[in-house]
Amino acid sequence: MSDVNEKSAAVAMPAPGTTTTDSTTAATVASGGAGLSSRQVQIRSIVQAIGMLPVLIILAIAFHYLGEGRFLTAQNLSIVAQQAAINCVLGAGMTFVILTGGIDLSVGSMLAASAMAALIVSLVPGWGLLGVPAALLTGLFFGLINGSLVAFAGLPPFIVTLGSLTAVRGLARLMGSDTTIFNPDLSFAAIGNATIPITAGFGIPVLAIIALVVIVVSWFVLRRTVLGVWIYAVGGNPAAARLSGIKVWRILLFVYCVSGLLAGLGGVMSAARLYAANGLQLGQSYELDAIAAVILGGTSFVGGIGSIWGTLIGALIIAVLSNGLTLLGVSDIWQFIVKGLVIIGAVALDRARLQGNART
Amino acid sequence: MADERTPRLEMRGISKTFPGVKALNNVQLKAWGGEVLALMGENGAGKSTLMKILSGAYQADPGGQLMIDGTPVAISDPIAAKQQGISIIYQELALAPNLTVAENIYLGTEPARGGRIDRKAMREGCRPVLERLGAPFGPDTVVGGLSIAEQQLVEITRALHAKSKILVLDEPTTALSSRETDRLFGLVRQLRADGIALIYISHRMAEVYELADRVSVLRDGGYVGTLTRDELSAESLVKMMVGRDLSSFYTKTEKPQDSRGPVILEVQDITDGGRRVKPCSLQLHQGEVLGIAGLVGSGRTELARLIYGADPKTGGKVALNGSVLTVHGPEDALAAGIAYLTEDRKGLGLFLDLPCGTNINLGVIERDAKRGGVLDLPAGRRRAADAFKALRVRAASPAVTVGSLSGGNQQKVLLSRWLETGPKVLILDEPTRGVDIGAKSEIYRIIDELSQRGIGVIVISSELPEIIGTCDRVLVMREGHIAGEVGGPGGAPITQENIMAYGAGAAAQAA
Repeated sequence: MSDVNEKSAAVAMPAPGTTTTDSTTAATVASGGAGLSSRQVQIRSIVQAIGMLPVLIILAIAFHYLGEGRFLTAQNLSIVAQQAAINCVLGAGMTFVILTGGIDLSVGSMLAASAMAALIVSLVPGWGLLGVPAALLTGLFFGLINGSLVAFAGLPPFIVTLGSLTAVRGLARLMGSDTTIFNPDLSFAAIGNATIPITAGFGIPVLAIIALVVIVVSWFVLRRTVLGVWIYAVGGNPAAARLSGIKVWRILLFVYCVSGLLAGLGGVMSAARLYAANGLQLGQSYELDAIAAVILGGTSFVGGIGSIWGTLIGALIIAVLSNGLTLLGVSDIWQFIVKGLVIIGAVALDRARLQGNART
Repeated sequence: MADERTPRLEMRGISKTFPGVKALNNVQLKAWGGEVLALMGENGAGKSTLMKILSGAYQADPGGQLMIDGTPVAISDPIAAKQQGISIIYQELALAPNLTVAENIYLGTEPARGGRIDRKAMREGCRPVLERLGAPFGPDTVVGGLSIAEQQLVEITRALHAKSKILVLDEPTTALSSRETDRLFGLVRQLRADGIALIYISHRMAEVYELADRVSVLRDGGYVGTLTRDELSAESLVKMMVGRDLSSFYTKTEKPQDSRGPVILEVQDITDGGRRVKPCSLQLHQGEVLGIAGLVGSGRTELARLIYGADPKTGGKVALNGSVLTVHGPEDALAAGIAYLTEDRKGLGLFLDLPCGTNINLGVIERDAKRGGVLDLPAGRRRAADAFKALRVRAASPAVTVGSLSGGNQQKVLLSRWLETGPKVLILDEPTRGVDIGAKSEIYRIIDELSQRGIGVIVISSELPEIIGTCDRVLVMREGHIAGEVGGPGGAPITQENIMAYGAGAAAQAA
């Protein structure tokens, strides 16, 4: 975990009774990977941390050349960041859930419902800004229901969130009587469209900043707090976690709430960007992109292994693919095919690279 | 014995180099048909690597030789090993639980007739072997419903059915009760009489004494030597395995009879409704090491889990230092100062993918944390480093994942987690299961130290020498209740006979 990068000298104790250095090494080594020197451990942890970064860089360079220098420009990168932002936020929530060995298929629907809530409240004269907390609470509420069903009723996460994927989608449509809600004077539109100017003609989109803040806060929670350790523990071995005095139900409840809350935030971002929300179309299949980002990031599907930085890189890869392929004039249909193949190929590559200590 | 005959299996000059390390160095091994060769060595000595080379899972470095009946053979993969008549039965059984006995035996070699599996041929084909081994189940029994011992029998049947000439048993008794162990031993003797070459890997001295015709010992990836049956003694074996004398294998500081501390833990009529544990009461004194003996399945683990709050109790109470505890779950027991080391290290104890450091700190990170639940990383690092030193954990650093350590070192890491919580009562369930001799004696030393520090220790163990060597007093469980007590002030002496008498029910019958 966090102490992987620890630089403390090897604490390897010589095998009692062994006298020659040779046999000491052999003893330590024969007992498995324990024989790795701390240097090797460090190298391995760096390799693991870097993960898919090379793929991202290669893709970016390839698109730059194929697109005759149009990809790696400040303007285009700012668009990529904007495109990646919402998936990044959903992917962060998904990382929490998948780290516990669960899955949240309902994030797209929760995002739609939250965006609907945001727009409906934003139309209340004088109280438009309350649309933001309304969306967050909507997401949190659905997350709480998902979490309760998983943590207390002990239902499989896949089934629970498959159900809420459908049910919440229906609710989202119901909220707007199955119509699109517009608000041309959206009070929090800046969230979706403003940029923080850096130089003349170039700025960082607020959406990207929100996504980055979410990633950094998630990293802090996962790697620097007790809660984070418990999340990894519950994902790695729930039975052992319980015997270690961890209240497993609390952790499960928490991660689905995080996923719901961040889907709510995604709803705010999406509503702010579009000035509109439609219960039927908004957020369709967003859960698949979020899951793809997490998997591309090297997080194990069975739980207990993974990192939030991986998810950031995964979300960026997906955004770079969409943007780059559009830039090259590849049709929408072929984009789907290429994206799917790249996801499979990249993960296959990752497995080969980490052979031995990787689990899917 | 029979050294003039050609050995059924001979491995010569076997080395195995993994990137950067030599796991095996010029190891030799000879096994004759009709004998049991015990292979011994501490965890990490190279036994598993050697067996993996034999089974074709690993390739030895060039230069080594593997001969069967005097003919050099190459075993390039597990299929080749099978064709050479080599079968290995691992600790973790490799059966498909949803299939029948016959289907498992024929897995991959199903007889077909006109493109369809010939079930009748399968049933009839394995019946003779099942009968010969005296299996209490038929070919149509679904494997998932069988006990571990019976599943082992299915694996042995499969090996015999495949006409294996060399059979390796890797720690076969780990999960067996003593009655099942006896039955297995009978079977091993029968196979020996049938002329099969058996290689028996075990940590348990008693089993090796009982079965082995010869014992080969590995240490640190090298071949140390082979003892014949008449040369066999505990001292010589231990010396070969660890390379030093273990004059004080068990460390128990004898306490004067009348100096027993006050009662620290009192359990009254605790029960799970009679399912596995009938109402049980016990008292544990400060600084006492209390053993709980009994056959596997007698309710020892279940009793411990009830006390710890891991399973819900339907009645009874637990009092620590005189005050009754409300225990809804392990977190309450831990908070009160009761810790429980599980018998199932990998399944219920460790987080194999997390670093040793995290595994050690898990019980105390909340206590150590700064405001807002922020981890105190330096404190964690300090604890891990101290624990590594105190328990002599052999690993590169606390940052390596615990799953990469050997069994003994894993156990030390798990034990550290509970020691860090500073327990008043520590329940150790099979504390040395799957642990090598060196680590074993260190765990015994720790148990003794804990009791000297005034901690009440409960040791649950299937190994009677361990109970006798470490405990001040012993409760014997049978069929979910406490059948008797030996040791303690005025009690009967702690001997194998006295414990067995209660455990098997002989004392109750005699009364």
